[in-house]
Amino acid sequence: MPDYSWPDAGHRTLIGKRISRVDSPVKVSGQAKYTYDVKRPGLLFGKILRCPYAHAKVISIDTSAAEKMPGVKAVHIIQKSNSTIHWAGDEIVAVAAVDEPTAEDAIRSIEVKYQKLPHLVSDAEPPKGAAEAQGPISMDDIDEMLDNQVPPRQMVEQIQQYGITSKPEEETLNGLKEDGATDDVINAIRAATVHPEEGTRPKSNYQKAAAQTVGDGEKAFAQAEVSSEGLYGAPVITHCCLESHGSTSEWTDNDHLLVHMSTQNVSGIAGQMAELLKVPATNIRVHQDHIGGGFGSKFGPDRWGIATAEISKKADGKPVRIMLERDSELKVAGARPSAYARVKVGAKKDGTIVAWQSESWGTGGPGGGGMPPIPYVLSIPNQRKEHTAIRNNIGPARAWRAPNHPQAAVITMCALDDLAAKLNMDPLEFFLKNIELATKDRQNTYREELGIASDLMGWKQKWHPRGQNASGNVVRGVGLSMHTWGGRGHASDCDLTLHPDGSVDIKLGTQDIGTGTRTTILIVAADTLGIPMDGIKLYIGDTLYPPSGGSGGSTTPGGVSSSTRRAAVDARDALFAKVAPALNAQPDDLESVNGTVRVKSNPSKSLSWKEACSKLGAMPVTVRGKNPDKSKPPDLTNSGVGGVSMAEVEVDTDTGVVKAKKMVAVQDCGLIIDLKMAESSCYGALIMGISYALFEEKVMDQTTGRMLNPNMEYYRLAGLNDIPELVVHMMTGKGYDERGVIGLGEPPVISPGAAISNAVANAIGVRVPFLPLTPDRVLAALSQKAGA
Amino acid sequence: MRDDDSNKKEKQDERSGVSRRDFLKISSISVAVPLVAGPKAVLAAGEQVPVHGPGAGAMQFTINGKKYKANLEPRVTLLDALRDEFDITGAKRVCDRAECGACTVLINNKPVYACSVLAIEAQGKQVTTVESLMQQGKLHPIQQAFVDNDASQCGFCTPGFVVACKAFLDKHPNPTAEDIRHGLSGNLCRCGTYHGIQQAIAQVAQKGA
Repeated sequence: MPDYSWPDAGHRTLIGKRISRVDSPVKVSGQAKYTYDVKRPGLLFGKILRCPYAHAKVISIDTSAAEKMPGVKAVHIIQKSNSTIHWAGDEIVAVAAVDEPTAEDAIRSIEVKYQKLPHLVSDAEPPKGAAEAQGPISMDDIDEMLDNQVPPRQMVEQIQQYGITSKPEEETLNGLKEDGATDDVINAIRAATVHPEEGTRPKSNYQKAAAQTVGDGEKAFAQAEVSSEGLYGAPVITHCCLESHGSTSEWTDNDHLLVHMSTQNVSGIAGQMAELLKVPATNIRVHQDHIGGGFGSKFGPDRWGIATAEISKKADGKPVRIMLERDSELKVAGARPSAYARVKVGAKKDGTIVAWQSESWGTGGPGGGGMPPIPYVLSIPNQRKEHTAIRNNIGPARAWRAPNHPQAAVITMCALDDLAAKLNMDPLEFFLKNIELATKDRQNTYREELGIASDLMGWKQKWHPRGQNASGNVVRGVGLSMHTWGGRGHASDCDLTLHPDGSVDIKLGTQDIGTGTRTTILIVAADTLGIPMDGIKLYIGDTLYPPSGGSGGSTTPGGVSSSTRRAAVDARDALFAKVAPALNAQPDDLESVNGTVRVKSNPSKSLSWKEACSKLGAMPVTVRGKNPDKSKPPDLTNSGVGGVSMAEVEVDTDTGVVKAKKMVAVQDCGLIIDLKMAESSCYGALIMGISYALFEEKVMDQTTGRMLNPNMEYYRLAGLNDIPELVVHMMTGKGYDERGVIGLGEPPVISPGAAISNAVANAIGVRVPFLPLTPDRVLAALSQKAGA
Repeated sequence: MRDDDSNKKEKQDERSGVSRRDFLKISSISVAVPLVAGPKAVLAAGEQVPVHGPGAGAMQFTINGKKYKANLEPRVTLLDALRDEFDITGAKRVCDRAECGACTVLINNKPVYACSVLAIEAQGKQVTTVESLMQQGKLHPIQQAFVDNDASQCGFCTPGFVVACKAFLDKHPNPTAEDIRHGLSGNLCRCGTYHGIQQAIAQVAQKGA
């Protein structure tokens, strides 16, 4: 059995070193072609007419003026008359025209009449005694859920929990399937209990999403010597990808579609489009070279992606491009669910945490959403928690980098920091004291990381009891937070070909979303084959290549590095088998280092890589590596990381302005493939954390039902001027390297918000309940403190 | 555009209640554009001014030292002309209203947001885009510094940032950290590459490129 395991530190030539990204040169020189840059011959420009109301019925659509307009090539109604619209900005009509201004003119000429319906865009705390949606679900309810893009998992849970009102006909089920119901949903409906007697489900914006009890909360609080109560939360924020969502579709013949799409999920798009377009997935080719950000919001083709294909068909198959305008990108193409909670936590006098109680709520848009994983990281022995999901008209939620974890960190780590303050304990000591509540195999990691972070921050010199500052109007404070994530590698297939002339090519249907996937693959392959990275030609981003999972949940590095390692080991061993006779050696005695295939015990017996490959004969050798692959152990990827963030802030108590002064990230992720890129990922996460902690919020207006800040002036991202001293430390070496490769995209972005909130509380002596920590919120907290 | 003209235009914008950006896109009158391809003229405020549009007119540009011609409507922005007419796609369209800097190009060596300059205004000037910084296959020092310091992740803001950094360094060859923070706050990145960008600028400044 070949040895697929990762080489130890002494035998790594590239893995774990600081290596520059292979695609940086094309990016810095403007040569990298993103989906937005692809200009196919005969390209038509698509535009979408969107509903201005948050909740409305479409009464009539008149596209006649647009259809007559010179330069307009096709008009396609996305949602017909009688459709119910559930969020402002939802798609009604798409047009394609010879240029963009003409398409815009055409959109302006379309007349749509709506009947406005009552809407809710707030995610404020549910009123006590608010009616809740419960009871069995009708097929109309299911239809509405599909309209609302409720995640399938959530639909299945509700169907299982409440049952259905009547057994549906096969025809109805087929209809639901056509409307996008997944097999899981259909199976859940088939298996559901029928409760016809209970009548229809009351309409409500509130849905009890979770109620859990662990241990005995009441008794534990009675025994707790100190308890703390508070309000915490994080609002809905957007993904704000710099390259907006979009695609260009063209029918190369009657039943073959070519799609250029900005996506995190190249291999998974064709299947999703096939069902809706009624063509076999194999007839759909999806291609992408570079993507301008996704952060969890680009896994599906989206309604506007399907529209490009449909409108292209109407325009004789000509390529049609629809890229969302900035306002639409912010309104409809991605939002992180909000989460808020009233939390009570109790501890013994020595700081041992004994009890947790939370009433939480939040919105994921029309789907409602679920409870974040609270209490986070620390499994408090006695817990009582309830969560209410608010179903409202702000548009559908999407996975946002580490789904639900940043919210869980804010709720948990801020509540516990308040408890530490009440105990008069340094939070660093408090968290260390309770670290045994963390999962057993990560406790030492957290201890080690907290220690290193403390040194890098200068925590011992900087921490002071809450609010006890040097006098003056500008005060400083420090705060910390911990986090966790899985990050196991996804399914990935890799084809590696050795050519007799010594050239090598690798093909994977994966994508590089700015996380360095190309570089990761080439480092693993080059290290394994013992040749330089530029001696390998890498092809990714196309459904022509073997499938790889979507880039979400930090699953890509583990997936592609494992499949590439297995392919490269098999290819190298196939080469050794051909070369061994020429070197008078056994294949097992050979190694490939620095472009030379040689006998381990006698390195002077060697062939250059090129000479060695010439022994392959006339035909190239192609091998496929897979992940996971139980037949080729060991497991090369792993799951479960820790991670710590610390923040130092400065707050002006006159203006309420918060400035980050220093941020520290200490992070483990198993075996690191490229230290430089790993550090970049953490620097970027700290910066993104500063951004959502201080600035970002999707602000909705209840009167109009619209987003008030769908632009980059008022939906503020952190700029260079907001960035303080940043320190990143990656955990490497014994205890980490041998775990295998674990993804890093999510974990470091989880804690900065909670750490910054805790630092602000430390500075000003009072908790600012909700992110972002804007001046008005800081001043409100200060005035409440003064009044208390 | 002369300063007094530009003031006049801002005032006009305020009165009409439309944003400057909208105004640029719908307006077909420009008082300071050189006469090209014989536009008709009208009397406005006692002066003969050329009127362009509605409809496309012939325009010519100098981009990265090369001549380009196109038939464009006066409402087309420089950014859209670069990208859609000439397939010069380094400058990106992101906010489309002068907030993020992803479309930064140089006009007569001054950095501008190409999304908020009309193509018609860029005639007769030297337009420089990120594509021209690489010479004979060799990256410009600031580009090389971006590579060395891992200053791009998804890379969509990178071309705009590179151009802004080049213009900044031309003007401030020895910037302080404060100069960098202030001078480059007109460009935004979502992945959070600012740390690498700061290091990249420091690298070039030290070398005195």
